[in-house]
Amino acid sequence: MSTAMRDKAREQLAHGVLIEMLRRMLRIRLFDERAAKLRSVLPGPLHNSIGQEAEIVGACMALREDDYMTGNHRSHGHPIGKGVDLRPLMAELYGKATGVCGGKGGSMHLAVFSAGSLGEAGIVGSLMPVAVGAGLSAKLRGTDQICLCFFGDGAANCGPFHESLNLAAIWKLPVVFLCENNGYALFTAQRLTTAIADIAQRASAYAIPGVVVDGQDVLAVHHQVTIAAERARSGAGPTLIEAKTYRYCEHSEFPEPLKMPPYRSTEEIDSWRARDPIDLFWAHLRDKEGLSTKDFNAVRKEVQEEVEASVSFAERSPPPGSESLLEHLFV
Amino acid sequence: MALITYAEAAMQAIREEMRSDSRVFVMGEDLQTFAYADALAEFGTERIRSTPICETGFFGAGIGAALTGLRPVIEGAFSTFLYSAMDQIANQAAKSRYMFGGQASVPIVIRVMVSYGFASAAHHADRPWGLFAQVPGLKIIVPATGHDVKGLLKAALRDGNPVLCFEDRSLFGLRGEVPDHDYTVPIGVADVKQAGSDVTLVAVAGVVQHSLTAARTLQDHGISAEVIDVRTVVPLDRRTIVSSVTKTGRLIIVDPAPGMCSLASEVAATVAEQAFESLKGPVVRLTAPDVPVPFSPQLERLMYPTAEKIVAAALRLVSRPDAASRVAI
Repeated sequence: MSTAMRDKAREQLAHGVLIEMLRRMLRIRLFDERAAKLRSVLPGPLHNSIGQEAEIVGACMALREDDYMTGNHRSHGHPIGKGVDLRPLMAELYGKATGVCGGKGGSMHLAVFSAGSLGEAGIVGSLMPVAVGAGLSAKLRGTDQICLCFFGDGAANCGPFHESLNLAAIWKLPVVFLCENNGYALFTAQRLTTAIADIAQRASAYAIPGVVVDGQDVLAVHHQVTIAAERARSGAGPTLIEAKTYRYCEHSEFPEPLKMPPYRSTEEIDSWRARDPIDLFWAHLRDKEGLSTKDFNAVRKEVQEEVEASVSFAERSPPPGSESLLEHLFV
Repeated sequence: MALITYAEAAMQAIREEMRSDSRVFVMGEDLQTFAYADALAEFGTERIRSTPICETGFFGAGIGAALTGLRPVIEGAFSTFLYSAMDQIANQAAKSRYMFGGQASVPIVIRVMVSYGFASAAHHADRPWGLFAQVPGLKIIVPATGHDVKGLLKAALRDGNPVLCFEDRSLFGLRGEVPDHDYTVPIGVADVKQAGSDVTLVAVAGVVQHSLTAARTLQDHGISAEVIDVRTVVPLDRRTIVSSVTKTGRLIIVDPAPGMCSLASEVAATVAEQAFESLKGPVVRLTAPDVPVPFSPQLERLMYPTAEKIVAAALRLVSRPDAASRVAI
């Protein structure tokens, strides 16, 4: 895409939309930073999305409210990106009755059906076929909803990736496959697991568009997902978008520092931090939109308060009652 | 009423539900060219979908469609192909409702054929209802007559939960009276096929027929056998089984699946827990041995319970309870 085109796409976004993008990116950042600090309090594993906020928010904000979304184990950012209230999300991390899943799902299995979030998942690649089914359902029911399917570079090497892209392509289903390529599947670098540098190249095997996008640039991601969503809605079929991004933290938050040889360099981490998605977007808003430091800090403060409110909401909330152990198995 | 085959009754159920509920569609390999070729004109290619050979893909797509308002029937072909889709069945279909705190439901019906006794060999001949019964969140039906396959499939399509339907290939040609009118057979209710007083035969799938044959032979020996078709593995109708054993005092479970952690084991455990005082002898399980299905017909025919084996086990149990035990071969 030419620079001129990208600038045009950026110009089309109203100021309020841009501020909402900033707000949601900050929500993900501050929510996950807070969750990491609560490591010793929260039960179970935690996989945070710090560093990946731009690709999540850029993609989610290219959707309509009634569009569907599926995710994976690096899960908190997705529903936050779709606009879900932080309080029941934090409560779910605590395993409380007021959580989005009533405390039965936890960090890796968040779902908010009322917001189109059909679930996050602990099994890598497992929701890719489910996303295809949501797209098929929209097509059969004659709605023009689409499904955004988040998955990682690790999932791109699993069988469900191939089966899902092939099915969506042959049936021209309204699905946007968004590969959040953060360079590492668990603790193993992409170059050791994947024969090609750009996963988007694999789109050619399914005769669908494949696009590489700067995952640290929220507007670039938003633009590409907007194009893919329009294509999906028009009946032309799926698109594979690969957002190059990075996770600053470990695969998951561990109670103690890991005793293992380094698998990535400090220089590498620093080079990605130098292109922090929130810093980049803030600079854009300051230079192109005239956003003042005061305005930025005001948004940040509001988000900080939302996060703290979510923590106190979760801490005040009751645990699930023992009667709920056997509830919700069947309709 | 019409005299039709088991296979015809199953197709009637699906066609009638497709007519009455626009949310129902079918998906699986070769459907447009084979199993549903003659339904294509009525329902079209959108609702009768031929898929690539990709169980993970199309089972998962069925789950996604079910989560978003449709009622898919997944035609899984052979029972063993379920293993290719295991993650989708066990992690997604079965758990989504519970794990998401009741926000979702997964109204999907998965049909598979159990093809044992046809020299299908190890990769096509499993009877894995017991294996899937270990996955909370799945309902499991195993209809053994044309009447039941039609009624249970209709109930499954209206149930709102994931339902696995195992259809025994040995029954496909079985003719029986099947109502023309709309009806369902409730999921979770066993069928007492024949009342008796000396021994209870609890059976599933094709061996229900063998149990009925055995009961007739036992009659000649002066033994009155009660025959129960469980029809549904999950939920299991424990009450009907326990009440029968309370009356007869003897139990033989007939299940063509391997015995380890099986439906037969579950029935035995239930009776041990709930009707122990009524038992006049040990519980007997007639199951397949714990080996894969061999190809050679000479070997395969040793695998499954037969009417002769049931008769022999019942005679031992009624006359010499101490000699009765689990009889695998």
